Amino acid sequence: MAEIRNYTINFGPQHPAAHGVLRLVLELDGEVIQRADPHIGLLHRATEKLAEHRTFVQNVPYFDRMDYTTMLCNEHAYVLAVEKLLGIQPPLRAQYLRTMFAEITRLASHLFALGAHALDLGAMTVFLYCFREREDLFDIFEAVSGARMHCAYFRPGGVYRDMPDAMPQYTPTKIHNARAIREMNKNRQGSMLDFIEDFCQRFPKYVDEYETLLTENRIWKQRTVGIGVVSPERALALGFTGPMLRGSGIPWDLRKKQPYDAYEHVDFDVPVGVNGDCYDRYLCRIEEMRQANRIILQCVDWLRKNPGPVMVDNHKIAPPSREEMKANMEELIHHFKLFTEGMHVPAGEAYAAVEHPKGEFGVYLVSDGANKPYRMKVRPPSFIHLSAMDEMSRGHMLADAVAIIGTLEIVFGEIDR
Amino acid sequence: MATRLETLAAALPAALGDQIVSTTTALGELTIVVRPQDLIGVMTTLRDAPELRFEQLIDLAGIDYLAWGVGGTAEERMSRMRDLDVRVAADEPSPHPTRFGVVYHLLSVTHNWRMRVRTYAEDAELPIVDTMIDVWPAANWLEREAFDLYGIVFAGHPDLRRILTDYGFIGHPFRKDFPVSGNVEMRYDPDQKRVIYQPVTIEPREITPRIVREEHYADSEPKRHG
Repeated sequence: MAEIRNYTINFGPQHPAAHGVLRLVLELDGEVIQRADPHIGLLHRATEKLAEHRTFVQNVPYFDRMDYTTMLCNEHAYVLAVEKLLGIQPPLRAQYLRTMFAEITRLASHLFALGAHALDLGAMTVFLYCFREREDLFDIFEAVSGARMHCAYFRPGGVYRDMPDAMPQYTPTKIHNARAIREMNKNRQGSMLDFIEDFCQRFPKYVDEYETLLTENRIWKQRTVGIGVVSPERALALGFTGPMLRGSGIPWDLRKKQPYDAYEHVDFDVPVGVNGDCYDRYLCRIEEMRQANRIILQCVDWLRKNPGPVMVDNHKIAPPSREEMKANMEELIHHFKLFTEGMHVPAGEAYAAVEHPKGEFGVYLVSDGANKPYRMKVRPPSFIHLSAMDEMSRGHMLADAVAIIGTLEIVFGEIDR
Repeated sequence: MATRLETLAAALPAALGDQIVSTTTALGELTIVVRPQDLIGVMTTLRDAPELRFEQLIDLAGIDYLAWGVGGTAEERMSRMRDLDVRVAADEPSPHPTRFGVVYHLLSVTHNWRMRVRTYAEDAELPIVDTMIDVWPAANWLEREAFDLYGIVFAGHPDLRRILTDYGFIGHPFRKDFPVSGNVEMRYDPDQKRVIYQPVTIEPREITPRIVREEHYADSEPKRHG
């Protein structure tokens, strides 16, 4: 019989299942993984170093590009950290707006993760369905901030502006005639809140569709049940957070345990897994989408009833309105100072964390009293989760590595920063 | 009733004794400073003592305090850092005793509290701190990152390789005396028919200089006039 030895294969960095630029060096015995060594950093842009050379507001857009499936949740952690250092509290309406958009982002992120995970394991339809819904969510982002993905919508002290009264409309093209356009514009006739509400009414049925396709699907279960099992003790030791921790049966959710912004005013449940395998984490994410939908509906309801300011009224932090700036010398000086020098943040250090769709996303901000951060460190959930790749994939088959990468929900913008 | 933070602050001295160099509570966060030689003992106690139970290492950040409180344009800051030692470079004495620090953020799921532990590496030329990999396996990649970006050596780490920078990268890019543009750039050389490295040719450019104001500059009156 021929002698069989371990051999090493290179998975990625240009592999469709590598979710970006993951280079995975796998040591195999036959088809069984003996060791997995992820090589990361191919997307390293030194965001944290760049942040030391940008003013506090200029840093906000960099956070959109950190984890590019969860743009607003990243910004959320950053603005909370700056607000903590400044010792300010945004108006309640801004808190509700941020909560709502963080949850819309959660939907977008979970849809992306679910679609990509299913696609990796061979279920094409789910991917197409998920991206159909993401389109509506991007339209919401675009209507409120002007950008479909990289919104830069949150600000230290509130949000950039209030929601628009109307949704943009489709116009006839060569492909869609006037009648088709009327149909496409049907749920865009009211305000943006009406559109969000309409989406939330439709959304639970969409989740049922994904579940019909996957939850009892024999192939899906064969690929995910019992794969990448993590015990609760190991999950804690490995630094897991978010669905990765809850999938192992630990009911830990920052939105409940250490609420920020308007999360203490809204009602939702936290799903918890039992076995800590890929399937349980999938079920957690499905249920989190339903709960996020509930939160959005509550926020829509509150926002409808409570108009008000969306930014703090402090011109050392927030710029004055154009009208005031043109009428008043003092406002003009504030405007000039804010846009040339930026705000000054008192010396100190603060750590603010949010329940990001992937886990705990934290920002550790150190200020020495200048107009720029002295040091900014991001606590990236995917980075920590990917570091457990070796332990999770050991002893599994090569094809299961793909299932584990999918369940880790890694995004390289944030791992490499 | 004592708040959660007060309960934690009261439990710490009993568990750690004189291993704590200093304790600060600011902005609702508790920070302790410990000596690097006590680190493993302190961390193990923090993890295992039933009244503390920090099961999770949430984050580990290296910090370079060289430019603390130094303002001016990038060039001015660089020249001041080159010439002077950390505490002389700033106009005011730095609150940080040495150049490199490591900051750990801990979380207890049982008690639902957080804290921060800071330690200062004694030698600025070769900063060494013990690895926490035996206390929390999550420290593995975080320490590799701090090593890569700051050159802090974690003694006892089984696999201290670079993680984020390129294969064969020279230097530690997040140090304050490392320019933001880097030192080398890459281009394809048609003569040699390969990609070569050369010193950077781009001019350093900074739109907004770093400005450090006097204390309380940022505290503003809450309401504008008129």
